[in-house]
Amino acid sequence: MGFVKFIIRRLLMLIPILLGVTFITYVISRVTVPNVARAWAGPRASPQALAALVARYHLDAPLYLQYFYYMRGLVTGDWGISPTTGRPVLYDLGVFFPATVELAIAAIIITIIIGIPTGILAALHQNGKIDHSIRFIYLAGFCSPPFFVGLAVLLVFGYYFNIFPTQGELSTSLAPPLKITGMYIVDSLLTGNWVDLKDSLWHIVLPASALALTYFGIVTRIMRSSMLEVFQRDFIRASFAKGLTRNAVVFKHAVRNAMIPTTTVLGLLLGALLSGTIVIEAIFIWPGIGYYAVLSIESLDFPSVMGITILFTISVILANLLADILYAVIDPRISV
Amino acid sequence: MGAVIATGFLILAISVWITNNAILPFNIYVITPSIALQPPSFAHFLGTDDLGRDLFSRILAAAPIDAEVALSVVGSAVVFGLILGSVAGYVGGLVEEIIMRVTDVFLAFPGLVLALAIASALGPSVFNSILALTPVWWPSYTRLARGEALTVKSRQFVEASRASGQTTGHIVFKHIIPNILPVLLVYATLDIGNVILVFSVLSFIGLGAQPPLPEWGLLTSQGEQYLVSAPWYPIAPAVAILIVAIGFSLLGDGLRDVLDPRVRGLFS
Repeated sequence: MGFVKFIIRRLLMLIPILLGVTFITYVISRVTVPNVARAWAGPRASPQALAALVARYHLDAPLYLQYFYYMRGLVTGDWGISPTTGRPVLYDLGVFFPATVELAIAAIIITIIIGIPTGILAALHQNGKIDHSIRFIYLAGFCSPPFFVGLAVLLVFGYYFNIFPTQGELSTSLAPPLKITGMYIVDSLLTGNWVDLKDSLWHIVLPASALALTYFGIVTRIMRSSMLEVFQRDFIRASFAKGLTRNAVVFKHAVRNAMIPTTTVLGLLLGALLSGTIVIEAIFIWPGIGYYAVLSIESLDFPSVMGITILFTISVILANLLADILYAVIDPRISV
Repeated sequence: MGAVIATGFLILAISVWITNNAILPFNIYVITPSIALQPPSFAHFLGTDDLGRDLFSRILAAAPIDAEVALSVVGSAVVFGLILGSVAGYVGGLVEEIIMRVTDVFLAFPGLVLALAIASALGPSVFNSILALTPVWWPSYTRLARGEALTVKSRQFVEASRASGQTTGHIVFKHIIPNILPVLLVYATLDIGNVILVFSVLSFIGLGAQPPLPEWGLLTSQGEQYLVSAPWYPIAPAVAILIVAIGFSLLGDGLRDVLDPRVRGLFS
């Protein structure tokens, strides 16, 4: 079974990457911060609290032992206590992660809705005015800092036209749906809570669109180039030769084949989106990991920052793996 | 177009830096509360900020800071990439295996997250942002340099040098590196816009430049709370980033077409 072997090999790749990322950040934080316990506990902490912290994280041990203890904690599910919220980091991550996943999925859906048609359109008008205009728009998206798109969308649709809510995941007047996955849209759908469903869908539009507008060029560009490549193939000429209309050839044959390479960028896209959520969540006060990250960074809450880094690294790598698997499933000719 | 924007940005950065902000129409640090948050006018081209400082001057004053960060990050990435990549490519064997596996591990990190983690461990400052961004940037240069080194390695002048008994160090520094430097410099040019984008995100979150320094991401983040009452305040610095990033991106596309019309990058 080559396929299973491939997945196992890719999952094993996670180990050196996680060792690397934790090692770098851990060592830097220890070497540069003079009094770690003081920095974590805050300026008002009592000597007892400091001593407890030192004992808890083995801060008096040599650096390599501290790292060992930290890693042992990670493996056994003890990711440290966040000084900001006073709760275990792993618990906090569990609270904030679903909202980010929800936002990223919504953003991917919007990215596909924008990216694939624009890619097809650009390919059909190769080097024409439409092609150039589309390229200009997605280049502007690529080149704009994520907070610019966020602020612009917020200003125009949130404040100026006042169409969409400007912050949060749900109106404060509503009670959140019964918690199943932690994602409000999914949960309200599962419990049949239509009021919450409508409200949370309404809330996700602006942040998800801001993310999608920044990154849809990734999809547009690959869709355009794979459409152009498919156009060169013999079966397209054969379809024309047997008398199919242009629309039938484009939508029945070309688009379907051009979609295959497009799936490979979904992993890349998800990685970019996850990084983008940090800024977008801060702007839209979206209660996800990005928002939590900004809060933790502001208070220099190191255990949480480490936890967020590890969680993001795992997510991005798993997303890439998922894209590779998807690629193999969609196109059976590809052996991995 | 791209070349014009990129050159303009660099000239602006250098002249602001040399004259120590004297070239700017207004002093960027003097606070005048009576004219806070004024809309754009003839006197204040882009309005004023919440402390009555001229926003246009502050945006121009940010150019040297962003240029410094961008040049330092791509500069160190080129140096690391050149040395590691050419050694890996030329020496091969176990050395290559080790260098390239470490590079792969770094390439697999989500870049912004790694930079955030390092920057928050180091503490916020412009210099620390450079330290945080360099680990994100060097791996792709190492990979590029290795590929180039592999092709240069098989050229005749390298073989001749080896046949005449030169040491490995001599060959790497005298023959390999000078021959792959131009390619890396081209990539470095197109990367400047990307570094500025990521650095502005660091500053926006509060991990990069600190007040009262003017920096585009920081200015945007300071202006964010006035989005409704004074939209020009957060929007103008963000547009400055957009213009510079587009400039370098277009310049990169142009350079690539000139240098290698066959290769069309997927994501640049």
